[in-house]
Amino acid sequence: MSTGATGAQEVVLRLDRITKRFGALLANDAVSLELKRGEVIALLGENGAGKTTLMNILFGHYVAEEGQVEVFGTPLAPGNPRAALAAGVGMVHQHFTLADNLSVLDNIRLGTESLWSRGQGRAAARARVADLSRDFGLAVHPEARVGSLSVGERQRVEILKALYREARILILDEPTAVLTPQETEALFETLRKAIARGLSILFISHKLHEVMAIADRCVVLRHGKVVGEVATRTTDRAQLAALMVGGEVAMPKAEARSPGAVRMRFAGVSTPDRGAAPGLKALSLDLRAGQITGLAGVSGNGQAALADLVSGLIRPGSGMMELNGVPVAGWTPRAAIGAGVARIPEDRHKTGTIADFTLTENAVLEGYFRPGFSRAGWMDWAAARRFAESIIGAYDVRCPGPQARIRLLSGGNMQKLILGRVLEPGPEIILANQPVRGLDVGAIAYVHSRLIAARDQGAAVLLISEDLDEVQSLSDVIHVISEGRLSPGFARGAMTPAELGLWMAGQGFDHAA
Amino acid sequence: MRLEPVANPSLARRLGYPAAALGATVVIASLLALLAGAEPFGTLGLILQGAAGSKFAALETLNRATPLIFTGLSVAVAFRAKLWNIGAEAQLYAGAIVAVLLGTGALGSPLVLPVSALAAMLAGALVLLGPVLLKTRLGVDEVVTTLLLNFIMLLFVSYLLEGPMKDPMGMGWPKSAALIKEARLPRLVEGLRLHWGFGLALIAAVLVWLVQTRATLGFEMRAVGQNAGAARFAGIPVNAVLVKTALLSGGLAALAGWSEVAGLKGHLSLDLSPGFGYTGIIVAMLAMLHPLGVVVAALFVAGIFVGSDAMSRAAGVPTYIADMLLAVALLLMVLAILLTRFRVVRG
Repeated sequence: MSTGATGAQEVVLRLDRITKRFGALLANDAVSLELKRGEVIALLGENGAGKTTLMNILFGHYVAEEGQVEVFGTPLAPGNPRAALAAGVGMVHQHFTLADNLSVLDNIRLGTESLWSRGQGRAAARARVADLSRDFGLAVHPEARVGSLSVGERQRVEILKALYREARILILDEPTAVLTPQETEALFETLRKAIARGLSILFISHKLHEVMAIADRCVVLRHGKVVGEVATRTTDRAQLAALMVGGEVAMPKAEARSPGAVRMRFAGVSTPDRGAAPGLKALSLDLRAGQITGLAGVSGNGQAALADLVSGLIRPGSGMMELNGVPVAGWTPRAAIGAGVARIPEDRHKTGTIADFTLTENAVLEGYFRPGFSRAGWMDWAAARRFAESIIGAYDVRCPGPQARIRLLSGGNMQKLILGRVLEPGPEIILANQPVRGLDVGAIAYVHSRLIAARDQGAAVLLISEDLDEVQSLSDVIHVISEGRLSPGFARGAMTPAELGLWMAGQGFDHAA
Repeated sequence: MRLEPVANPSLARRLGYPAAALGATVVIASLLALLAGAEPFGTLGLILQGAAGSKFAALETLNRATPLIFTGLSVAVAFRAKLWNIGAEAQLYAGAIVAVLLGTGALGSPLVLPVSALAAMLAGALVLLGPVLLKTRLGVDEVVTTLLLNFIMLLFVSYLLEGPMKDPMGMGWPKSAALIKEARLPRLVEGLRLHWGFGLALIAAVLVWLVQTRATLGFEMRAVGQNAGAARFAGIPVNAVLVKTALLSGGLAALAGWSEVAGLKGHLSLDLSPGFGYTGIIVAMLAMLHPLGVVVAALFVAGIFVGSDAMSRAAGVPTYIADMLLAVALLLMVLAILLTRFRVVRG
């Protein structure tokens, strides 16, 4: 970046010894931070490090026990969400806060101007939005309905909204999580233009290569404390990663293997669209024993339909689905489990577990009716508890015990219990849908090593992920899904991220078809 | 202000708030009595005396609790699976109709009691089967259908009592013929005015508790109620579980009507139930849907019913004071239960 911090610059945002407790948990421990004019700071940290809490304090959703927030030298009133907006702080949330049924222009004006004025006010607003989108390279049609926009375009609307409200400080929460590599580059271009106009940016992320590309300084949070503050020029990814997790973590590597027989085959399978999300379009795919098949793609391009199909939640609308060479019949979740399909769902909180059930109950959620866990319709809870205890031991689930409610567990430990539940029976096919989303580095390494071990024992693994790095590091063969269509399979290392990014953006399919 | 869940409520917390609710109820009861021009002090004594002060009063409370245990269990079973059965009243009357159909001479053998009990449960189950199939097949809201069925059933009973089921010896009153002796539930203890329905209700509570905690069906019902999406993903047949839940819930509510006819009244009339089906919802909520808690809650509600009735007679205040007192007591108890599990925090 061109605008290095040069000592005497004006401080636009100052967080001064912010401390926030939730019960016994110290979410923020005397966190201090100074953002200067024209500067980009990356706020780094694992899930649960306190980044979100800090942002919620800045935006008045929480009140800190100690410390204060200053914007342009003026203390911000605590607990007032409008104060930050009025002081010129704009936030682009990870989950967009747009009204799908309104136009881009109305979304931008929503909350600041009356939408009833159809005349001059609207025309003026439209002109201003047009200026802003030209100046900042945020191409989006002002009259388009937000519901019809892509995720990248919606993010542009969010940024436009902040700029329209004359934000001088932009806070972006995990802005690249939903973007293709190309869209990410376009976003960075916009941010550079914003910096050139004197805006300041706080960029929350855990993707280190992006942080290195855009930030001037990195502030690293761990367990609620600032554990490091380094200029990007003087550091590297390894040092930042070590700061984030407090030590080195070796990421498992998948060695190439020769694949075995086809376990699950899709031939020309289509499923109906679901609202805005496309269904599958004549998808053909082989899942082979001893092979990890990676599915890359921007979220909402048909991954959910394929995952539901493998899970047994839906059946093919048309086309053929085979299991070990036999067409599936009466395909349901229970049939899938019975056929040896291990399913790691995308949302472990909502789909994978029942929050108020104990670890024991969650451990037998799929197998409670089997002879080992019940007899003639009555549960054998002692056997269920032994099963839960064996998972807790074998999969290193950190928990108060098998009778604790699973909602008390961290995401990583919850995922380990799910892993144990589905891997213990020795599956032939494994569906891993976003298996490490929201996990810390240690848990990610653990989940990945388990998936690789299962592959080495002959399981056919389907890995669905929006994280291209994850897909590339684990997969033996990579497909890209876009608009419900599947790319050809690419061997490990055959494609660069940029090439895959083009497929993710929907290019290449026309030539391949 | 917002509510924050308390992870592990202490014993003091769990006993303190309900005790405070009872205390507040007494204070409000005294004020109500004062307003009505009666002696404000001693209302609690009058209520307690009316509910449990004599053998007669205590048995009256147990008799009154019997249908409430059945309807409370019915609601607790359904609500546990998030099946919003508001129609226990209709299912209750379905059971009562069967008790009359089979108990007035159609069956004469000693088998009449078990057969009519099972038939009553089946009838109640069928009444709830319609709404639950509409829910699982077409997504029709069961709150609406089960609620409206209550009124349909009441009108149907009215038709039966004015027509086909009318007692020819009833001197024109809209009531059914009396049950034959073999169809009546015997006394629980010889010489005491308490019928076997109460014993059956206690047994039912224990059985429901065992099913919920030990049976695979209970596990399925709890899983569907807590998180239907996760249950479906895990392979639990959600719709089939809802249908089984409905059959059990409808059957339990029907036993309330059956035992009122076969144990207490001996015939069917339109005033068989002063809203036992609806009160069952309150009982189940007070019990936090726990089957054994339902027994305690039903005794509490029945005690307030019977006791405040007696109080209004003894203190010479209008009977609506008793109704108000009942409502106040229930609201305060629900609030107390909420406060044992959540604390109020500012900001």
